[in-house]
Formats: sequence, structure tokens, C-alpha cells
Amino acid sequence: MNLNSLTIKQARQGLRAKQFSSLELVETHLTEIEKRNKSLNAFLTVCSNEALAKARKADELIKDGQNFPLLGIPIAAKDIFSTKGLKTTAASKVLEDYIPQYNATVIERLQSAGAIIVGKTNMDAWAHGSSGENSDFGPVKNPWNEQYVPGGSSSGSAVSVTSGMAMAATGTDTGGSIRLPASFTNTVGLKPTYGRVSRYGIIAMASSLDSIGHFTKTVEDSALLLRITAGRDKLDATTPPEIVPNYFNSLSNGVKGLKIGVPKEYVLGLESEISNNFNGSLKILKKLGAEIIEISLPSTEYGIACYYIIQPAEVSSNLARYDGIRYGNDRSFFGDEAKRRIMLGTFTLSVGYYEAYYKKAMKIRTLIVNDFENAFTKVDAIISPVSPTKPWKIGEKVNDPLKMYLSDALTVNANLAGIPGLSVPSGFIQGLPVGVQFLGAKFSEALLFRIGYAFEQETKFYQKAPYEL
Amino acid sequence: MNYRVVIGLEAHVELKTQSKMFCSCSADYFGQEPNTHICPVCLGLPGALPVPNQRAIEWCVQIGQALNCHIPLFAKFDRKNYFYPDLPKGYQISQYDQPFCLGGTISVSGKKFGITRVHMEEDTGKLTHGGDVSLIDFNRSGVPLVEIVTEPDFDNAKDVKAYLQKLQQIVRYLGVSDADMEKGQMRLEPNISVSLDTKSKELPRYKVEVKNINSFGFVEKAVNFEIKRQLEILQSGKTPVQETRGWDENKNATVSQRVKEEANDYRYFPEPDIPPIRWTQKQIDQLKLSLPILPDEAVEKAIALNIKVADAVRVSESVQVFSTFMGAAPIAAQHGITAQGVANFIINNKKMDVSGTTPAELVTEIVNLSKNEDVNKDELRAIVQKVIKDNPKIAEDYKKGKDSVIQFAIGQVMYAIKKKIDVNIVRKLILEELK
Amino acid sequence: MKIDVLHIAKLANLPLRKEEIKKYEEQLSSILEYIEKLKRAKTDDVLETSQVTNLENITKNDATTPSLSQDEALANTKSQRNGLFKVKAIFE
Repeated sequence: MNLNSLTIKQARQGLRAKQFSSLELVETHLTEIEKRNKSLNAFLTVCSNEALAKARKADELIKDGQNFPLLGIPIAAKDIFSTKGLKTTAASKVLEDYIPQYNATVIERLQSAGAIIVGKTNMDAWAHGSSGENSDFGPVKNPWNEQYVPGGSSSGSAVSVTSGMAMAATGTDTGGSIRLPASFTNTVGLKPTYGRVSRYGIIAMASSLDSIGHFTKTVEDSALLLRITAGRDKLDATTPPEIVPNYFNSLSNGVKGLKIGVPKEYVLGLESEISNNFNGSLKILKKLGAEIIEISLPSTEYGIACYYIIQPAEVSSNLARYDGIRYGNDRSFFGDEAKRRIMLGTFTLSVGYYEAYYKKAMKIRTLIVNDFENAFTKVDAIISPVSPTKPWKIGEKVNDPLKMYLSDALTVNANLAGIPGLSVPSGFIQGLPVGVQFLGAKFSEALLFRIGYAFEQETKFYQKAPYEL
Repeated sequence: MNYRVVIGLEAHVELKTQSKMFCSCSADYFGQEPNTHICPVCLGLPGALPVPNQRAIEWCVQIGQALNCHIPLFAKFDRKNYFYPDLPKGYQISQYDQPFCLGGTISVSGKKFGITRVHMEEDTGKLTHGGDVSLIDFNRSGVPLVEIVTEPDFDNAKDVKAYLQKLQQIVRYLGVSDADMEKGQMRLEPNISVSLDTKSKELPRYKVEVKNINSFGFVEKAVNFEIKRQLEILQSGKTPVQETRGWDENKNATVSQRVKEEANDYRYFPEPDIPPIRWTQKQIDQLKLSLPILPDEAVEKAIALNIKVADAVRVSESVQVFSTFMGAAPIAAQHGITAQGVANFIINNKKMDVSGTTPAELVTEIVNLSKNEDVNKDELRAIVQKVIKDNPKIAEDYKKGKDSVIQFAIGQVMYAIKKKIDVNIVRKLILEELK
Repeated sequence: MKIDVLHIAKLANLPLRKEEIKKYEEQLSSILEYIEKLKRAKTDDVLETSQVTNLENITKNDATTPSLSQDEALANTKSQRNGLFKVKAIFE
């Protein structure tokens, strides 16, 4: 069993117990990257030398008795996170040679906690996508079956964790871009409450929807990371002052007596295999003592339409700074999907259309927010599938943008409402991973971890790997 | 007049805060090395986010309060989207439908003009042109700007200039801006239309915006030029094109800038990165209470000290001079000098920098000027002797008992010495010499 | 619903090749058609949501912190002169 099959918790224990060094740990992951990245295309930039140097430093600190929560742990960062001195491209040719002069706050916090960045991961360019196929630098492959998509837009990050190339990876979730790839790669994907984690330094997609999260093998690892990344940032005016609780206090409290809601609108139109898998997950939770209650989120059907007005509108504005003057290449370097979204957004904000589209969408957003607020007076958390279908073949949806958008149907509403979501592995369909998501009220991450942990410890899907690590 | 002029004014005032509007770069950009006062936020780097400057917001409200505006309890920022090389984000953070201040008035030249709104926004970078390239310095990008929009109540260039001067005076009194036009700290963009229909009160169907007026001298010129230009077009049967024109100081004319078939669609939407501002009435009241004295009130206070109205206006032109004046008046009174006397000194004096003087220093100076000057006794005696020698009649008449000749002698001495000295000393010396 | 792609591309400062216009017209039309379903939703007395944090009054003190150096500021540009960013002449 190789070092890169460990969880972060296990790795930290091993490092503290001097069973192995950070250098060995990082080397193992770098070797895996060398072995697999050509075929998986999960990484756009690998910083081996820097990572090894940092690992040696970490070993010294460990020897000195330092105990930072991520000391010596190799992680990956989605290439949408600004890393000072390290190329950051958002997987777009517009930024193919852009080197940030500053770090995103999350990167600072993770590095202060001792984490070692091994590289920047591939993604759908500008986070526009649900499959990982919209990268300007080639699609990312799903290590569970390389003919299939790993999900997007945080495709490379999800793949890096499941294939032992990193122990955790940062991601962003604007419409499902962490939860969807997590569910397609047998990893745990956290979309925190909007504003829980600072967006400063992360290339903006849709400012009122972007949620900053991460991928890990287990729920406990996920909680560990959130404890580090979460909290007020004075450089991001949309981070509330809510204190960051100790998520471990309640982690193993179990689900007995918890009321978990199943939105009836979310179980319509699912692929039958997904339906079956989902029902299986419900059974497990019942077995663990949770009460499963049917609820209704009546505005669900408008979610995609609402999302695909608000998001492109904000995208069209956020991407206006890319004019090639101060950095990057000019706007002719934008890919098709980026151009589509910029134009769609420009249109819905334009004179004559603002009222009918953007303003209307903002009202529907209120309805969706209210739906969830209502629901959480009846249940403690909500459970649903993450994707209406299992992972699809590379190339299958790429020529039909609308079809691609519809794969976000079960994830976008959480972003519109700003609530947190945790995607946890729930099994396999023909060898391809599938996941289930838990949604909670704002700042209820502790509860989501608790439910996810109980589910994960019962099912132990995290013990599986796409190949021998 | 067989035509009607309609002018509305947009003025921008740069606030002299320490830091910029949405980041912590120094806002003191003038004359600095290019691109040395920037950060990810004001350079528009990927991932940067804005956080609004509390002081700038308060100063914007105070400008509105000084202009008698209503301050709504809820306000927010919006994005104004357009492309220009000096606009790093491709949008300007501004305020659209819920600005900080609405509906005020300003009194200028005995008339009242309406203020439509006062809102907060950020400045752009600076473009300079050289040959076949344009060069951009982003030091100015993100500096806080307050935009003041008037109702279309103006109809002549003189009033426009007077308004601008009053506005400059107000913001200087408030201490929120130096409003130096030459440094770009205050900018004016008049919107001018002319109509041949003198009966109707409707706004003409077009308006021309004039930019690049960067001194008071050009304000009247540009406005008058534009009125004339538009009138000529109208009189020829056509309608002036709705457009933006720039004042060209070399040509002494306005020049068409960007000929656009369609007006720019700014696609305003609420700024998602900045939570809105919600005041309590108490906070608004507190800001109003903490307003320093304003020009109109200053003039009133000066008048109350019994000085001529015109002089009251003069000494209140700048808040520093007014402050010195008001401080000096009571001190001067102790020396038997009236407030009008102080005012006279201030108005007539050419040498002293009154705004840099303390009231006590000012009074000392005034007092000294009315005192007699010292003189060298020997020098004086020599002059007295010379006068007596040159005018034998003085000694003759004095011997005859004609005392009035002493006055003549004093006059001659005073003329010769050309200083304001105590006449009693002169008389004493003359009498001594005559003995 | 047909979008005037040329006009929108101009507004969005996006250079489009002639061949692309039709493709985008079709794709954007079909997306817009789907989005039309929004109109069915009843939102008569509903207020707009533009932010989901419910935060207000987040501001910063008027204090300065160090800026980037000129080199850092210009580090990523492909066109500069004497510490300034350089572009093709813009005629005002």
C-alpha cells in the first residue's frame, strides 16, 4: 500500500509518528503525477522542485515538533486560484502565460497551515462547464474509465485526489462544479455556504454564486480543510463574520433522530440506475436512524433558467477585464463556451432585456431562497442525487451546450440560495462512481459533515481506488 | 432672445482620502512615478475584490448634505459596464438607481439651482497619447470620485462658472477635496442644448456633453462656443447631433469625440461583491451635525460682525482666510481695531499669506502698521539742521514770534525723512535747534 | 428569440469571425428558448435577490498599505514603455 492511498488524517499521524517523511509523501504523489498525468491530463502545471524543497522544510519543522494541521501534506490547487509566482491560467489560452503577483487568501491560509502545493489542476476554462471538456488545454479523463468525463468544472482537482496525485485539492462550485466531479470520481466534494470561504484571489466566474471549496478522500479530511480555509477575510466584503466552529466536535454524532428531506422535484427524470442508487442511499440513512421525509421545493424547475441568466450576466462583467493590456492575451483567445456565456450575459443585461430576463431571474432567485428556508423549518438537512445521470462519455454532450447545462439541474439551486452542499460517494454504476449530496441551511457545514461521516463510515466507498495505488 | 438654452452640469470631485475607494493603495497619485500606486484591486488583476472606503462614503454624504440633499437610508453600488483601456476591470463601480444623495439645491449668484443627485464612484487610469501609441498609468485608477449632477436649470455660461466656483468652495470648506481643476481634482461636463422654441418648457430632444474642460477660464469659453455652435445648426434648420464633444484649447472650440450611432449601453446591475449600505437616521443626523461651517454661513457670520457684504464675501472665499479673520476680529477689538479694519487689511494686503497666519499674528501686523516708525535720532537732527539752514525764513519768522512756521518746518522734515514718525519728536528737535 | 449577435459581440468587445456568427446565433437562440420558461413563474410581489449573504455596511478604514512595485505591476504585460502600459493609439 502506497503512501498516496492514505487520507490526510492518516498521513498526519504517520508524519508525526515519524513512520515516513513529508519528502517521501510528496515524492510518492509526484511520481503518481508523472505516471498518470499524460493520460489523465489532470495537471496543467506541476511544481516538483518547489514541492520537494517545501517537503524538506516541512520535515525539519516536524522534527522541531511543529504541528500545523496540514504540515507536509501535498495538495493541488484548481488553476483558478491565484498562486504567487506560479502560472495561473483558468485553463484558458487568454491566460496561458499569466503569473500572479499575489496569492489567493485560501492559498495563503493553506500554506500557512503547512500544505505543499504540488501543482495547478486542469478545469473547464473559466469554470464554464460540467464535464472537464471545455479546457483550452485538452479534456481531463476520468481515472475510473478514461473514456468518460470526470465532471467539471473542477475536473482536474477531483481527479488528482481520486488517483493519488494529491491528498486534497481546492475547487470552486458556482453551479455544481465541485459536487458534480466529486460524485463522478468517488471523492468527497464540499461546496461551503457562500461567503464561508474567501473568494479573494480566485478568478471570478459569477460573483454572487462562486463558492470556494475542496476535494478530499474522506469527510473528516474535508472538515480539516474547511477549518483552515473558512472565516472572515477583510479583503472579501462578502465573507460574514460567523465564527468557524470546530467541525470535529460533532463529526461522529451519527444521524439518529435527524430529519432528512427528499425534495420530490429532485427525483423526477433521473436515469433509472441513479434512481436505484439513490434509493439505496436512503435505505442506508434509515438504517442509521435518520427519518426520511418527502419535501417540496416548488421553484426547482426554474433553477437552471434562473442560473443561466444570472451566472452569464455576472460572467460577462467579470470577464471584461481580460483585454490583454495589463496581462494575458486579447479577447480573440477566448474559447467558444466563454464567448457564448459572455454574449448571453451581455444580452440579458442589455437595454430592453434587463427587466424581462435579469430582473426576473433575481426574483425567481428569491423564490428559490424561500423554498430552502421553508424546507429547513421542516427538516434538518436535504438529500438528493448530484447528477440526474451517471458520468457520460467524453464528447457525448460537447456539441449541445444546452444539454450540458441541464446536467446542473440538481446542483444550481444550492448556489442560487447560497447554502452549503456536501457530495459523498454513494457507489458505482458499471464501474463509474456516483454520489449523493447533503444540503443544509447556511453555515450548517458541521451538520453536513456529521451526516456525511456517518454515511461514509457505513458504506466505506472511500476505500476504493481507480487502480492500485 | 429668440432661443432657449438648457444646461445641466455633471461635476466630478476627487476626494482627498488617504487610500483609494476600494483598496488600500495611496490615493495621493499626482506627480508620482507611473504604476507605483497600484495593487491587484485597482489594477483589475484576476481574482481581486473591492472593499469600500468608509471615509469616502461619509464624505460623499456630507457633500450631499452641504447641498441640501435627502440622504436615503439604503444605498448600494452598481457596475457600469463599458470597455476602455483606462478602465481596468472593464466596468466602473458606481451607483445607479440607489445613490447616497438625492434631490438638493445650491444658491449661486442669488439664484437657486437644483441638484439631482450626488453619488460615489471610482476614477479610471490616465491615458496619455504619443505618436502611434497611447500610454496608460493606473495610479489614478480607483481614486474616490464624487459625482454631482444638477437639474438642467442653467442657461448661461456665467452662472455655470459661478456654480463651479461655489462647488469648489464648498468642498474645500468641507475639507474633502482640494478641487484643483488644473490637477484634475474637479472636472466639469456640461450637457448643453438649445431650442428655438422659447414658449415650451420641455427639454430639447438632444443634448451635447462637453468634456475636457480643465480650467475655470475654459468653462465660459466652452459653454459659449457650444451654445453658438448649436444655435447656428438649429437656425439652419437642422438638429445638432447628440454626442460627446471635447474642448480643444488649441482650437478654442469643441470637437466631436466619439461618433457613436448608438448610446453606450452600460448594462448596470447591482455590484455583487459589495454589500449595500444601510444607515440609521441617527448616523445621518450625526454626519450632518459634524459638518464644518459652510461658505454661506461663513458669509453670514462675517456680516454679523458689521462689515460690508461684499467684504464679507471676500474674506469668506477660502475657509482658511475666513478662519483667520474670525479669530482675529475679537483680538483686534482689544486693540481698538474694528472687524471692518481687519477685513480691509486682508482684502488690500498683497504681501502676507493670510491663510497661513494665526489670528494673533495677523492682529500684530495690523497694529504695527498703524504705529509710528522708529527713527535714528542723529539722522533726524541732521535733517532738522539741514531744513533750518535751507530755509532761513524759519529762523527769521520764529524770532518774530510766528509760531505757525514751526508747522511748516515739521512738514519739511517729514517730507525729507519719508517715514511716519511721531511729530512731537520732530517739533522738539526743531525747537531745540532754533534755540 | 433571435439575438443580434453582431451587436452583442460589439457591446461585449468580442471579436467574432464571420463564420462564427451563425453558429452562435443558433446556439444562443436555443438557450434563450429554454430560458423563456422563466416567464411562467409568478413573481408579482416578489423582491429581487442580488446577494445571499444578508450582509450590510462592510467597509474598510481609510488607511494605506504598500502597493505593488512598478515591476510587479508590469510583470505580465506584453507591451510597455517607461513604466506605462502601451496600447495602439486611441484617438479621442
